[in-house]
Amino acid sequence: MKILSRIYVALMVFFLYAPVAVMIFFSFNSGESVWVFEGFSASWYADAFTNTEMIEALERTLIVAILSATISTVLGTAAAVGILAFRKKITKNAIMSVTNIPMMNADIVTGVSLMLFFVFIGKILGAYESLGFATVLIAHITFNLPYVILSVMPRLKATDHSLHDAALDLGCTPISAFFKVIIPAIKTSIFTGFIMAFTLSLDDFVISYFTCGHYQTLPILIYNMTKKTVTPDVYALSTIIFIAVFVLLILYNIAGNKSDKKRGVV
Amino acid sequence: MKKIISVILCLCLVAILFTGCGYEYQELNLVGKYDKSLKGTTLNVYNWGEYISDGSDDCLDVNKEFEKLTGIKVNYTTFESNETMYSQLKGGGVSYDLIFPSDYMIERLINENMLKKIDVGKISNYKYIDKKYKGLFYDPDEEYTVPYNVGMVGVIYNSALIDEPEHSWEALWDEKYRDMSLNFSNPRDGFMTAQMILGQSVNTTNKKDWDKALEKLKQGKDVLQSYVMDEIYGKLETGEAAIGPYYAGDYLFMKEINEDLEFFYPKEGTNIFVDAICVPESAKNIEAAMMYINFLLEPDVSLANAEYIGYASPNTAVIENPDYYYYKNEILYPEEKDMPKVEYYHDIDPEIRSYYENLWIDLKLY
Amino acid sequence: MNKKGFGSRIVASPYILWAALFVIVPLIFIAYFAFTDPSGAFTFSNIMQIAKYKKAFGLSILYSVIATIITLLISYPMAYFMTKMKVSSQKMIMVIVMLPMWMNFLIRTYSWITILANKGLINTFLTSIGLHPVKLINTPGAVILGMVYDFIPYMILPIYTVMSKIDNSLLEAASDLGSNGFSRLRKVILPLSFPGVISGITMVFVPCVSTFYISQKLGGNKNLLIGDAIEYLFNSGPDFYNVASALSLVLMVMILICLFVMNYFTDSEEATVL
Repeated sequence: MKILSRIYVALMVFFLYAPVAVMIFFSFNSGESVWVFEGFSASWYADAFTNTEMIEALERTLIVAILSATISTVLGTAAAVGILAFRKKITKNAIMSVTNIPMMNADIVTGVSLMLFFVFIGKILGAYESLGFATVLIAHITFNLPYVILSVMPRLKATDHSLHDAALDLGCTPISAFFKVIIPAIKTSIFTGFIMAFTLSLDDFVISYFTCGHYQTLPILIYNMTKKTVTPDVYALSTIIFIAVFVLLILYNIAGNKSDKKRGVV
Repeated sequence: MKKIISVILCLCLVAILFTGCGYEYQELNLVGKYDKSLKGTTLNVYNWGEYISDGSDDCLDVNKEFEKLTGIKVNYTTFESNETMYSQLKGGGVSYDLIFPSDYMIERLINENMLKKIDVGKISNYKYIDKKYKGLFYDPDEEYTVPYNVGMVGVIYNSALIDEPEHSWEALWDEKYRDMSLNFSNPRDGFMTAQMILGQSVNTTNKKDWDKALEKLKQGKDVLQSYVMDEIYGKLETGEAAIGPYYAGDYLFMKEINEDLEFFYPKEGTNIFVDAICVPESAKNIEAAMMYINFLLEPDVSLANAEYIGYASPNTAVIENPDYYYYKNEILYPEEKDMPKVEYYHDIDPEIRSYYENLWIDLKLY
Repeated sequence: MNKKGFGSRIVASPYILWAALFVIVPLIFIAYFAFTDPSGAFTFSNIMQIAKYKKAFGLSILYSVIATIITLLISYPMAYFMTKMKVSSQKMIMVIVMLPMWMNFLIRTYSWITILANKGLINTFLTSIGLHPVKLINTPGAVILGMVYDFIPYMILPIYTVMSKIDNSLLEAASDLGSNGFSRLRKVILPLSFPGVISGITMVFVPCVSTFYISQKLGGNKNLLIGDAIEYLFNSGPDFYNVASALSLVLMVMILICLFVMNYFTDSEEATVL
C-alpha cells in the first residue's frame, strides 16, 4: 500500500511539473522558439532584462499586486472586525453573501461587469480614458477583499475576549486595545490574507484583461505574445519568478518548522 | 528570519528591474527637422503587433530613437485586428494619439467622424510617398492619412510536406490537407477566401452572397486544423501545419526560418490593403503625433521599418534604394504582368457588417 | 460594548461601500445591458439570442463536468496519500503541490502545446521509437487536460485540508470496532471529507466553465466555448455588448444555481477556507 501511495504521489508530481519542466527547459533554448529545441544557451536570461516592454509590464504587475494586496488587507481586516460586530445574523449573512460573490463568480463576469461600469463612469466624467491603472487597481482590490476577509474572520472569531477585556479594564482605549492585543493575535491570518491577495493579483489575467486599457500588466503582455509568437525570454522571466517563489516558500517552511520546534509543537 | 529573507528576495526582484539596457543608439541621417519643444510629453501610439522596428537583433529601435531625439515618451500598445482597435476607440475606454488602421477601417472612421484631419503639407517627408498610394479611395483628398505599409494576401505552403497545390483558394478546402490547413480567424479575411472562390466582390451588399460564403466556409471547417492570425507563424515554421493564407511580407520571414515554405497568389484574386497612420478624434498630443509621423517617413527610419516588417513600403526612398533588402523583390513588388487580381476592402454598411459578423459567430458555433 | 465583536460596526463601512459600488453595481450593469439593445431600449431579444449559443453552453458544461470529475478522481487519492505521510513531509508536499500555481497561468497552459503538438514532445518521442504520431492537440481531450491541469491544486488542497483535520481517534475507533481500511474510507473518511470535496468541485468547475484561454490554445480555436463567445463579443464592439452581457448573465445564473445545489449538500455556514 505504501509503495502504491509513493508511486501515485510521484506520478502526480510528475504531471504537475511537466509544463514547469518545459518552461525551464525552453528558457535555455538557443533557438527562438518555445516549440523546437535547438541547443543550450542562457542568453535569453540576459535578453529578458533588455526587453523593456516585458520589464515595464512586470513593474506594473508588481505595483498593482503590492498596492492592491496592501489596501485590500487593510480594508478587509477592518471589514472582518466590523462585520463581526454586527448583532443581527441576517445582516451578517447578507454581507457575507455579497463578500462571496467575487470569489464564486466567474472571473470573466467580474471582469466584464467592472469594464462596463468603468466605461460608463468614464463617459459621465467626460474622460477620454476610462480604463487604466486606477481601474485595474480597483478591480484587483475588489477580487482580493473576499480572500482577506475569509482569512482573517475565522481567526478573529476564535480569539479570546479576555485579553481584550483585560486591556480595556487596565485603561486602554478601544483603539489601542485593538492594535496592541487583537492585531498581534490575528497577525498570521492577516499576513496569509496579504500573501493570498498578492499571489492572486500577480497572476490575474482575465479580470485585468477587461479593465486595464493601456496599462498592460505582465499576464496581458504574455497573452498578447501567445497570439503571435512566444519567445524564450518570457519563459526565462517566468522561471526566475518561479524560482524566487520556490526559494521563498522553502525558507518560509523551514522557518515555520524551526519556530514550531521552538514552541515545542513538533 | 523569514521576514529578512522575504525582504532580501523582494529587493532582489526590484534590483533585477533596474539592470541593463542593451540597445545602442544609431547614427541617423535625418532629413526633417526635429526639436525638443515637446520634451516630457507623452505620445500614445496604437499599432499592429510587430509592426515597427523595435531594436531586436541589432535593428533600429524606432521608438527609442524618437524618444532620444525629441524627449517625447512613446507609450506604445498593440492590437491584433482592425475590429479590436475600432472597438477600443469606440468604447471610449482609452485614448490614443496615433493609430494605424487599414483602408476600409479608415473609411469607417472617417464616416463616423472619429479621425482628425492631418495637414500633410506640414509633414515635410510626405513627399517620399509613392504617387500610387496617395489619394486612394478611403482618403481621396489626402486629408486624414499617411500610408505606412502595403500588403497582399496569398497562400503559403510547405513544399516538404505537400506537393505544390493548384494556385487556388480551394487548396484550403482540400481533403488532402485535413488537419494540416489553416484559415483566417477574423470575419473579413475569412469570408474573403470564400468570396474569391465564389466570384463575389468582397464588398458585396447582397446578404444572400454572404449566406453563400458562409455555407462555403462551413463546408471547409472540418478539414481545417485551426483558425489563426499571427499564430500561423509558429505553425507553418515548425511544420505543425502545412498550408495557410497570410500576407506576403510575413511569408518572406517565415521562409528565412523554414526554407521549404513556398508562396502563391491564388488565381481567383486576392486582397490588397494599405495600412495608414491616422490621428483619432480623441488624440491629445497632436503636435507630437505629427513629429512622429514625419520621423516614420524618414528614409533611414522607413528603411528600417520596411526591412523589419517585411511588407511592401509606400515610401519611394525605400523602394528605389538598391541597398534595401527586398529591393525589387518579386513577391512584394511584382511586375505588372505578374500582379494578381486584387481588391481593396471598403467599409461596409453597418447593417451588412452586423449581418456578416453574426454569420461568423454562426460559423464558430457550427 | 458588543460581547461578540472587538470594535464597532462602523469599521466595516468602507468595505461595505466598496462592495456595493464595485461588486453589486457592476452586476446591475450586466443585467441592464442584457435587457437593452444598443440604443438603450428594453428588449428580450438578447436573451432570445442565447438559443443560438446552445452549442457553446453545452460544450462548456460538458467539458467542465468531465474535467471536474477527472480532477476529483485523481485528487482524492492524492489528498489521502498526503495525509498518510510524515508530518514534516506533508508540509513539503504541500509546497510542491502549490508551487505550480505560482507559474504564470498562461504559460502553464501554453507549455502543454509544446508537449501535445503534432510535432511536439510526445509525438516526437513516439515517432522516434517507430510509432505513428497521435493527434493530441486541438482536440476536446486537450482542452479537458488543460482544465484539469490548471485547476487541480484547487481540488487537492481543500480536500487535503479537511482530511488532515479528521481526528485520528475516530479512525482508531473505527478500526477497534472491526472496520478494515476500505470500509473505514467509505464510512468515516469519505463523509467527513465531503466539505472539502464540495469546496474543490466549486473551485474547479467555475473557472472551467468560464475559461476562454484554454480552449483557444489547446482546442484549435474552432469551437467557441461560452467564455470564448463572451470575450469575442466584447471585443467586437459596443454593438455586441448587449448579447455578451446576456450571455454573462446566463453564465452567472447558471453558476449560482450550481452553487446553490452544492450548498444544499453541505452543512457549513461559511465557505471553506482554502
